[in-house]
Amino acid sequence: MIESRLPDFMTALPEIWLAGAAMLLLLIGVFRGNGGTRMVSWLAVVAIAVAFVMVAVSPAEREVTFAGMFVSDSFAKFAKELVLIGSAATIIMSLGYIRREGMERFEFPILILTATVGMMLMVSANDLIALYLGLELQSLSLYVLAAFKRDSLRSTEAGLKYFVLGALSSGMLLYGCSLIYGFTGTTNFDSLTTLFQGDAQAGIGLVFGIVFLIAGLAFKISAVPFHMWTPDVYEGATTPITAFFAAAPKVAAMSLFVRVLISPLVGVAAQWQQVIVAIAIASMLLGAFAAIRQTNIKRLMAYSSIGHMGFALVGLAAGTTDGAQSVMTYLAIYMVMNLGTFAAILAMKVKGEMVENVSDLSGLARTQPMLAFVLAVFMFSLAGIPPLAGFFAKFYVFKAAIDAGLFTLAIVGVLASVVGAFYYIRIIKVMYFDEPGDAFDLPVAGELRLVMTVTGLFTLLFVVFPTPILAWAQGAAAALIP
Amino acid sequence: MEIGIGHYLTVGAILFTLGIFGIFLNRKNVIIILMSVELMLLAVNINLVGFSAFLNDLVGQVFAMFILTVAAAEAAIGLAILVVYFRNRGTIAVEDINLMKG
Repeated sequence: MIESRLPDFMTALPEIWLAGAAMLLLLIGVFRGNGGTRMVSWLAVVAIAVAFVMVAVSPAEREVTFAGMFVSDSFAKFAKELVLIGSAATIIMSLGYIRREGMERFEFPILILTATVGMMLMVSANDLIALYLGLELQSLSLYVLAAFKRDSLRSTEAGLKYFVLGALSSGMLLYGCSLIYGFTGTTNFDSLTTLFQGDAQAGIGLVFGIVFLIAGLAFKISAVPFHMWTPDVYEGATTPITAFFAAAPKVAAMSLFVRVLISPLVGVAAQWQQVIVAIAIASMLLGAFAAIRQTNIKRLMAYSSIGHMGFALVGLAAGTTDGAQSVMTYLAIYMVMNLGTFAAILAMKVKGEMVENVSDLSGLARTQPMLAFVLAVFMFSLAGIPPLAGFFAKFYVFKAAIDAGLFTLAIVGVLASVVGAFYYIRIIKVMYFDEPGDAFDLPVAGELRLVMTVTGLFTLLFVVFPTPILAWAQGAAAALIP
Repeated sequence: MEIGIGHYLTVGAILFTLGIFGIFLNRKNVIIILMSVELMLLAVNINLVGFSAFLNDLVGQVFAMFILTVAAAEAAIGLAILVVYFRNRGTIAVEDINLMKG
């Protein structure tokens, strides 16, 4: 007898609300035409804010619905709140940009909304099928966003490259899923957890599946050796979209990575730990060395984000609850720093034209001292210099790695962050000690100032009030291992 | 000769490898890359359906249906991006996609 009963929809209320809102806004956009883009954008921000409240007030206890496909726990809550903040900030930052660059089309905020729904489904996935569908909903929206400036060769080339490599990574992820399904007989994370309890031995087929799954996910977080799309896509896509790529999708994909490895696959940690250690070391080193000779600041930020994902993987390699907590703390701080940096990059505009070379920043301290100071704070923080937030992010992941006995990994990580500090500090040198070039246009748009102020204050004051974020991340990590 | 699960997996693995090689070794046309992506996804479907029959479990077939649906959406988006790219560049040869060097 097949039991027919409606699933509990309330658990997935934020996702259902946001998906409905995206469709409603699509209707509004079609009726109002492109003149209504600004209104649709603000309504999208309101929809995200409502979803944020829904997530925030949802119970912290673990709830599973849709036949075990969808889970809501404090880990998912944490990741969803980060993703929603990142998406809302991107829409706000892009308002002025899309109007100026003649790409004011109402699909823009709607595609960000659908990508957000996909990310929320990803972090709530409790089944390989749900994982795949969430990931694809996110990726398909992001491919279109990368190519959104459709009369620009760079933007469409970025979209094409992202699509081809993204589709390849989805294929590898799926192949991994099919092998895991075949050799365990289930796609459900809870069943997998039970299966791997005790001294489970993973057969060769299962190990293959796990490696393919890791390869697919490593693509999405742009970890070496699956990073080749990142610099091109970051450079080619329009700047607000690059900011989006660097913030919310990275958080979502990394959270998914943490959930898959720490929750169902923790019993076979011996099989995946060396893989994660290897890609963490490769990402940190490549992020540090390849960024040195970059002149385009968006490309530089691409290598920077590859390096940062390497640092976050250090925490994951530990394979412990502490490790998961340090990764989540890292993601929160990383996202805030990146949003702030990209808000500053969006303010780089000379005589109405966007500029994106490091040399264009020369002498900024004399022409615009406040912007230079804020950007310097973010650069110091990305480099990991105390007492800024970025230092604590790195501190916790290295501490988790050392507690787990991964000394080599921690030492390589510290060395890589020393090398990485070179190119962040070079930007500060250009801003403070070089002769001024063309001054940037004034005034900086209000929405950019808002984002820079909030993220800058967070970066500066994290040292004073670290407890809420740390406690929040701890609760999230504790939910992973019941 | 009895056809067992091993044969299905071998076919799936061969098709999957062909798909990956099609993406990396092809220097001619982006359309071929799109076809290779489809080949990879279909290889996964053969795996899933094979496992599903072998395990006597329906989940694999449900998964395969979802993959078919998503693959259609993915092909549509890929072709759309290819069209806007062609309008800007005038060619879709793989070796000409080189404005930015990665």
